[in-house]
Amino acid sequence: MHELSIAMSIVDLACEEAESRGAPGVDVVYLKLGPLSGVVKEALLFSYQIACQQTPLEGSKLLIEEVPIVVNCPVCMDRRPVQSLQSLCCAECGTPTPEILEGRELMVTAMELRQ
Amino acid sequence: MNPEPRLVEVRKNVLKRNDVLARALRERFREAGVLAISLVSSPGSGKTAFLEKTLTLLHSRYNVAALVGDLATENDAARLARSQAPVKQIITGTVCHLEAAMVQHALEGWNLHDLDFLFIENVGNLVCPSSYDLGEDLRFVLLSVTEGEDKPLKYPTIFNSADVAIITKSDLVAAVEFDEAATRRNIQAVRPGMQILKLSAKTGEGMAEFLDFLENQRQRSRSAAAV
Repeated sequence: MHELSIAMSIVDLACEEAESRGAPGVDVVYLKLGPLSGVVKEALLFSYQIACQQTPLEGSKLLIEEVPIVVNCPVCMDRRPVQSLQSLCCAECGTPTPEILEGRELMVTAMELRQ
Repeated sequence: MNPEPRLVEVRKNVLKRNDVLARALRERFREAGVLAISLVSSPGSGKTAFLEKTLTLLHSRYNVAALVGDLATENDAARLARSQAPVKQIITGTVCHLEAAMVQHALEGWNLHDLDFLFIENVGNLVCPSSYDLGEDLRFVLLSVTEGEDKPLKYPTIFNSADVAIITKSDLVAAVEFDEAATRRNIQAVRPGMQILKLSAKTGEGMAEFLDFLENQRQRSRSAAAV
């Protein structure tokens, strides 16, 4: 369970961003989360509330967009989804594909700043 | 009345601080010509026994050193020190994984130019270490034959984050009726193309092939660095 430490990193990052833009606080943090990030959404949401306490983010919301794994299929020669996390094969043609293009995201994409 | 909140684009990785430190470490390893290898596995897979054996075998021909992470105790560092290689324990307290900053801190006082191989043994945990880049050149994931063939399917993220899978405790294959074909299939399902080595630190089976592999990797990384 390292989601609390991840949540604290999100809070630190958001505080810095808000401060650098002269905002007194943050209402919403938007996060992109891939299945290969090693982070569990529910645990992160729970930890986020704790990490926000007594910071300018207290009372803010974390909105998580879960994004799928995308690979470069060597047979289709194109971007493709995979069958599952337990089967990294092209969902179209079934070829095992180690070349991962997306799916490791753990990224703050945007924020709503309090004015 | 409060004005409307202002939406701003950010696009920053949450672990950016760790990633920046890890990149700097990787550059230091490359510049010093040391091959850095991290080990991840569940607790009890035989990481420390495997590493002790590896350090002992390499010690006569190469300059090797190890960092070893644990929540508590210096027991593993004491075990590894029997190999005569320099070893430093990283005690993480309540933290369930190593981070790049811990590696950087532990390396203080060591001259990387004096080393050929650096091993970094992560905390025994198949979940959390997958998120943290330590600057290593290669990440080995260890899986002992006593653990069950479906472990890669249960922990796909860490297997996917690794470069090489090592099946340990091969001396116990018969006793636990280990299904090697199923294990290999499951590893390939979560990380297509991953190289798999099988060995026993106890009997030495597979260790010669493993050392050859290490030497090849070192040659490859040195010639890549020289380009």
